[in-house]
Amino acid sequence: MKSGSNLEKVLEAGHFAFTGELGPPRGTSMEEVKKKASYLKGNVDAVNITDNQTAVVRMASWAACIMLIREGLEPNFQMVCRDRNRLAMQSDILGAYAHGIRNMLCLSGDHQKFGDHPNAKGVFDIDSIQLLGMVKRMRDEGRFLSGAEIEDPPRLFIGAASNPFAEPFEWRVHRLAKKIEAGADFIQTQCIYNMDKFREFMKRVVDMGLHEKCYILAGVTPMKSLGMARYMATQVPGMDVPDSLIQRLKGAGKGKVAEEGIKFALEQIEEFKEMEGVAGVHLMAIEWEHRVPEIAERASVLPRPEV
Amino acid sequence: MIIAKRKPFEEIKEMLTPYNKVLTLGCGTCVAVCLAGGEKEVAVLNAELDMARKLDNNPIELGAFTVERQCDMEYLEVLDSMVGEYEALLSMACGAGVQFLAERYPEKPVFPAVDTTFIGVNRAVGWYEERCRSCSSCVLGMTGGICPVTMCAKGLFNGPCGGTNKGSCEIDKDQPCAWYLIYERLSLQGRLDSIKNISPAVEWQNQAPRTVIQPGYKKPDEAEAGN
Ligand code: SF4
Ligand code: SF4
Repeated sequence: MKSGSNLEKVLEAGHFAFTGELGPPRGTSMEEVKKKASYLKGNVDAVNITDNQTAVVRMASWAACIMLIREGLEPNFQMVCRDRNRLAMQSDILGAYAHGIRNMLCLSGDHQKFGDHPNAKGVFDIDSIQLLGMVKRMRDEGRFLSGAEIEDPPRLFIGAASNPFAEPFEWRVHRLAKKIEAGADFIQTQCIYNMDKFREFMKRVVDMGLHEKCYILAGVTPMKSLGMARYMATQVPGMDVPDSLIQRLKGAGKGKVAEEGIKFALEQIEEFKEMEGVAGVHLMAIEWEHRVPEIAERASVLPRPEV
Repeated sequence: MIIAKRKPFEEIKEMLTPYNKVLTLGCGTCVAVCLAGGEKEVAVLNAELDMARKLDNNPIELGAFTVERQCDMEYLEVLDSMVGEYEALLSMACGAGVQFLAERYPEKPVFPAVDTTFIGVNRAVGWYEERCRSCSSCVLGMTGGICPVTMCAKGLFNGPCGGTNKGSCEIDKDQPCAWYLIYERLSLQGRLDSIKNISPAVEWQNQAPRTVIQPGYKKPDEAEAGN
């Protein structure tokens, strides 16, 4: 065991993992976190806590992670390269681990231009692949990036993101390979809507044997409305929403789009369970946490394994 | 070359409000080529200032001179006999030139008339694009001649990020994704292996003022001491 986290144990034992996601508040009240956590508790193996998602200021990811631990859930601590240099990153990692955080997801981060402080200085001292390498070095060699020794090094289960849909498509598997080589133990993908392309991506992943070197969790976000689908299709960089899905949601008729969105997500999850190389699903039901119990139930991923 | 653009007129005028005799100094090198601070631009700015101050009933006496290079003490020498009669200097050179001027005449207030913007290229007359952030450890050999520090909005060394959008950068549809271009260029040259290995964390060399002494040369004081 690298970290002994629940997520790591579930995956090591060969179970199909199911993870969730939660955004910290835009203020100091923990009530919202507790409420969202209550919907996720018992329904997922770990919960990603976003880090100033879309470059909008929110409570620190590690702080919300600690709250989650108190609520009896396992957090997956997200960290982006946009807001911290290597010193701040390493000190936050030490603090996070000391407070019981065992999973960490290393990301580049959305550009600050999209957020609520568009003229902030983007740090990007190191990039997401270099961050993976740094966390791995801290864990496996017990050393900071500088080489200096760490007393009682943090033993984290290290995650990375992968977007199978961003161009150039041919390069995506190579970048994934770089992330695994740098230190990723598990991967959570971008929200998948284009199943054909994802199948092709996974085929290449399997051909290169990458699925044997790390656990790949397929990203699922149910479409809540036609507006959301159209927004995802046109406004979110790197997102691939096929027109056929938009037509399908449209065809569901008034008041039934959300149910159709859930149905599509359930079909996806069924296919992922059988797909070679896929070790689980990462469900990003943003601002829809209260539907997670139902989705988990209908996806037949309950009860979550006790490991 | 170094690209600059003239500051908004109101800002320049505001800086000069307390002064009635100012010498406007152009630079004949980069800022002249990029049409921001050469002889012509000095003449135009002075004409505008003269007019505006007359309208304000606060006339100003303006001198004009353009040196070959403000970032070279040798070329500043000609100014020594001139600056004494002025209350302030208005430099149209890049930030480096302005600082050398201020260093040579420490008793004179020196004001910048341009915003120094970037190191870039001349795409067409009057159209310039940034290309280099002078990081001190050039990786263009690895990246097919496309700078990841300058051209990637996140300065990634292991791109492209997940936001790359059909060849555009996530920040703007009109901004090409640097890493998409790097991939295309290296793929064309059959050199993709160059970016398959992980680029380790950069040891940034540009976090403190830098000095370059070329091989065979010494700092002037050392040279004088005969060391
Ligand atoms: S890597 Fe980019 S910023 Fe650094 S020296 Fe080369 S061109 Fe300039
Ligand atoms: S989209 Fe391309 S250029 Fe823009 S930040 Fe990502 S890798 Fe860099």
